[in-house]
Amino acid sequence: MIFEFLYELRSRKVPVGPHEAVALARALGGGLHESSLDGFYHVARSLLVHSEKHLDKFDEAFLKHFHGVESAALQMTQELLDWLRDAAAGARELTGEERELLESLDVEQLTRMLEERLREQRGRHDRGNRWVGTAGTSRFGNAGRNPQGIRVGGEGGGLRGAVKLAEARLYRDYRDDLVLDVRQVAVALRKLRAFAREGALDELDLEGTIDATAKNAGELEVKVRPPRRPNTRVLLLMDVGGSMDPWAEMVSRLFTAARKATHFKDLQTYYFHNCVYGRVYTTPQLQQGVPVTELLARIGRHYKLIVVGDASMAPYELYERGGAQGYWDADAEPGLSWLMKIAEHFDRSCWLNPEPQRSWFGTIETIRKVFEMYPLTLEGLGEAVNHLVRGGRGRTTLVG
Amino acid sequence: MFRGTEQYLASEGLQHAVNCALVLERPLLVKGEPGTGKTLLAEAIARSLGLPLITWNVKSTSRAQDGLYVYDTVQRLYDSRFGDGDVRDIKRYIRLGPLGQSFASKQRVVLLIDEVDKADIEFPNDLLHELDRMRFKILETDEEIAAAQRPVVVISSNNEKELPDAFLRRCVFHFIEFPDTDLMRRIVAVHHPKLDSTLTEQALRIFYELRAFARLRKRPSTSELIDWIAVLKASGVKDLQLDETLPYLGALLKREQDMLALQEHLGGTRRNRA
Repeated sequence: MIFEFLYELRSRKVPVGPHEAVALARALGGGLHESSLDGFYHVARSLLVHSEKHLDKFDEAFLKHFHGVESAALQMTQELLDWLRDAAAGARELTGEERELLESLDVEQLTRMLEERLREQRGRHDRGNRWVGTAGTSRFGNAGRNPQGIRVGGEGGGLRGAVKLAEARLYRDYRDDLVLDVRQVAVALRKLRAFAREGALDELDLEGTIDATAKNAGELEVKVRPPRRPNTRVLLLMDVGGSMDPWAEMVSRLFTAARKATHFKDLQTYYFHNCVYGRVYTTPQLQQGVPVTELLARIGRHYKLIVVGDASMAPYELYERGGAQGYWDADAEPGLSWLMKIAEHFDRSCWLNPEPQRSWFGTIETIRKVFEMYPLTLEGLGEAVNHLVRGGRGRTTLVG
Repeated sequence: MFRGTEQYLASEGLQHAVNCALVLERPLLVKGEPGTGKTLLAEAIARSLGLPLITWNVKSTSRAQDGLYVYDTVQRLYDSRFGDGDVRDIKRYIRLGPLGQSFASKQRVVLLIDEVDKADIEFPNDLLHELDRMRFKILETDEEIAAAQRPVVVISSNNEKELPDAFLRRCVFHFIEFPDTDLMRRIVAVHHPKLDSTLTEQALRIFYELRAFARLRKRPSTSELIDWIAVLKASGVKDLQLDETLPYLGALLKREQDMLALQEHLGGTRRNRA
């Protein structure tokens, strides 16, 4: 039973192996779980999960695997039920059209339905309309589009009941590693590297010591200095989906190269769709939104900002309040003002556009006034890197 | 078995994690927001097991080698110039770091490697071998330091950097969640036993409201709440409200931008109400 559970975890991409299995067996052999399912849950969690990213998947797997053992397994994840209550309380009113599609249920009904379904459900189920899963119109799960539903774990769907996106889209996960030509990109990015001597004086400066000693008429004088360390921090914002799909492969090459680059002190990546509004997202599926104001508060101006996107969108998305999010959104400023806010925050920023330069019209022209724009080619990337290294704050300062 | 102490309330999950680490003799990796008591955990473990605590505060410039030992070449050079003592004895210039001390100790100790994520990204990898074998060699003197008693190793991380997989695999992991209101009420009661209950409730409510205010650059944490309540108690404040008159806000918010952001926010809501 326990080994099956380990395979269940593996199928959910929680990395467990013999190492973890042996540790768990030893712990259980030592009676650490105190012969209770609750105890087992805690022991197994602390030994099998190595990162908070996987806690959710662990809970999921645990629920699935042990739901028949005793109903305690369900009670144990009291957290889950708490989430349900919160989520349902926050459910938003929608248009009449939407509401007609979905009958309203109260929290208790929903909770009961979820429990029943958890018992019936045999596996992961995405993009459906019944089971607990992701990206569907079921009432239960994560990142779904049922506005009256219950979210199971996670930070909630990225699209916030996005009625304007009619169907569930599949975004390609850019984290997939690609070997193809990544090296060329990596070499171009290498120029972004900068070193600083910072911190404790713990390196012997040999030449300095010789110089000082010679000047001191042979009396030994030791010079020390801080060691050289990479000092480049990069924030990458990527447009995903829709009109960006044709360029997905090229963008993923850039992304892979940036991830592999070891000469960055820090690289942070966020995603958006078409244009940045109040939020950016940590996954290409636009889940786990982070408010832009929060992002800017957290990330200093010394980060180098690289935006990757085709900058092509319907004009209203750029100029009108709540262009793409919907007028009901509380902080529905026009996309352009979000872009300006971001551009102003950073000392050094650039925009890489995969669209060929000859077709840079329309919204692209507008965005070029905000960001220094370069084509996403090796050459363009080189120029962009030069721009980032030189500094400057985009068009306006370069002209004025 | 570790059950928390009077001063340190540990959740059930945390107790299990600590006991796993003790029985399996593996390092315990604790993550969580700042102020959730990661550092205090090591102290609590040391106290409840009656063992001394050795702390290694990791800095951005820390190297794994520093934890083992440092060979003070500069001192030796100086001494050779000014003839102070026997410079041929290299041992005199070897100083053990926190990891080295915890291995060399005759008694079992608790070793806290605090904020391991502060150091270079390769730092944890460089420690793997030593933490596995609990022994290392001083190259200069060819002397081996081996732990007679495997120390209890607690490692804390603030999640600033991803830790390497090979390192994670060797650790027992626990993520300390930010305490909910109930646990926080108990924590406050531990630190301020005779506090007026209405004041506690008001303080807690305001505290969680502030934490929920998303524009803060640094959200207040447990220790700040405890300090704030201490100030409130000392000054005899009886009634609290989240508005511009909130007393001793400086104990909760440590950044000027946060203060300004909050004032703006409070001012805004007042205007809306009017």
